[in-house]
Amino acid sequence: MTAIARPPTLDQARAVTRRGLAMSAVALVGIAGACVLALGFTPTEARQGLAQKIFYLHVPAAWSALLAFSLVGVAGALYLWLEDSRLDRFSAASAEVGVAFAAVMLTTGPIWAKPIWGTWWTWDARLTLTLFLFFLFVGYLALRAAIHDRQERARFSAVLGIMGLLLVPFVHLSVYLFRTLHPQPIVLKPSAPSLPWEMLRTLLVSTVMFTLLYVGYVTTRYGIGLAADAREHRDAD
Amino acid sequence: MPEGLRVALVIAAKDIRAELRSRTALLSAIVFAALVLVIFNFARDPTVLSATDLAPSALWVTFSFAAMVAMNRAFTVEREHGALDGLLLAPVSRGALFAGKVLANLAFVGAVEAIALPLFVLFFNVDLTRALPGIVATAALATIGFVAVGTIFGAMAVRTRFAELMLPVLLLPFMVPPLIGAVQVTSRLLAERPLSEMWGWLRLLALYDIGFVTLAALSFAFVVDE
Repeated sequence: MTAIARPPTLDQARAVTRRGLAMSAVALVGIAGACVLALGFTPTEARQGLAQKIFYLHVPAAWSALLAFSLVGVAGALYLWLEDSRLDRFSAASAEVGVAFAAVMLTTGPIWAKPIWGTWWTWDARLTLTLFLFFLFVGYLALRAAIHDRQERARFSAVLGIMGLLLVPFVHLSVYLFRTLHPQPIVLKPSAPSLPWEMLRTLLVSTVMFTLLYVGYVTTRYGIGLAADAREHRDAD
Repeated sequence: MPEGLRVALVIAAKDIRAELRSRTALLSAIVFAALVLVIFNFARDPTVLSATDLAPSALWVTFSFAAMVAMNRAFTVEREHGALDGLLLAPVSRGALFAGKVLANLAFVGAVEAIALPLFVLFFNVDLTRALPGIVATAALATIGFVAVGTIFGAMAVRTRFAELMLPVLLLPFMVPPLIGAVQVTSRLLAERPLSEMWGWLRLLALYDIGFVTLAALSFAFVVDE
């Protein structure tokens, strides 16, 4: 039982891609603005100095990556229920974009860690598990590439996405169990955020822009997926 | 005995019988485990790192690699001659089918672990007399969870290109929480620390088992049914 959606046309695909590119462009300008805000108009952290500025890229990138991976899981669960091919196309787009943001998170992290912790990388629980989450979604993309049948690919990757979603709480749980170097949450925690207002403001601006960039990239990638499907349909007819 | 359990046991018995007649997968997994343990001993600089420091990690890396080799066979044997299609045509619930496959995999992985453990004691010269019941319990707790995940990924991997490579790529990230937990508990057991120091990790392992066994059982039908 598959919901028969009308095959997409190339014009639709083009419109979606264009919308995605426009959003991404706005977001990139916004991120540049957030960098200016971070460097020029936000107080420098007392003990870490300038090195702390990367916080305004690292944390929003991590947020976007985790958002992307979580939505792959949610869309996967919905796909198994509704069998709508749009959900599968979204999952594929979100996973790819998530891997890109995770790569930003995993490169800005060591750059920050070197001057502050004195080491590029440490086998701390959160670092290790986010690294494996990254590998998990690289594996997700590899799985997609290794299956030819469209519906089988959608079902398998949906199952893997849901499994990945369940892995995330274990990521968080082990952070509290393992002795850790990584800072504990300072914004999303039960008590009020323990960050000065100016820093919180810059972080929020950057996070909003990174989220917009996520939406823009996913829309663009979704449009490319639409175009691929449209061409496949056209060639089949 | 409930019908589902009976079916699961029949399927597991079929897998175990088939494996005992050929013995290829089980034997190669055991030899593989022994080789990993030997390599671990040579990869260690004895002047820097004592055998006991490395022991918990060596034990669990061996267990997880050997488990991967053992689990690869569960669905590759079914692929030949369309055996899986025959199994799926049988009027049994997918839950029972999944349970049967998990039980068979647990038997294989358990057998490999049971043989690797004495080798580990021999090669690493650790004294297990006091810690043995704890290590067996920890191994069971950690193994159940990743075998459930491995069973469902095995069913997926077998339908892809590069099936033998796909299972480790998909499964290893999921093995990390049980692996970290098991290593932490094992090193505390070997150091004869009190139970209260392991309690958090044991709970993590138990939660992992409950969560992933349930989820894998629920999603198995989506993997095998067209």
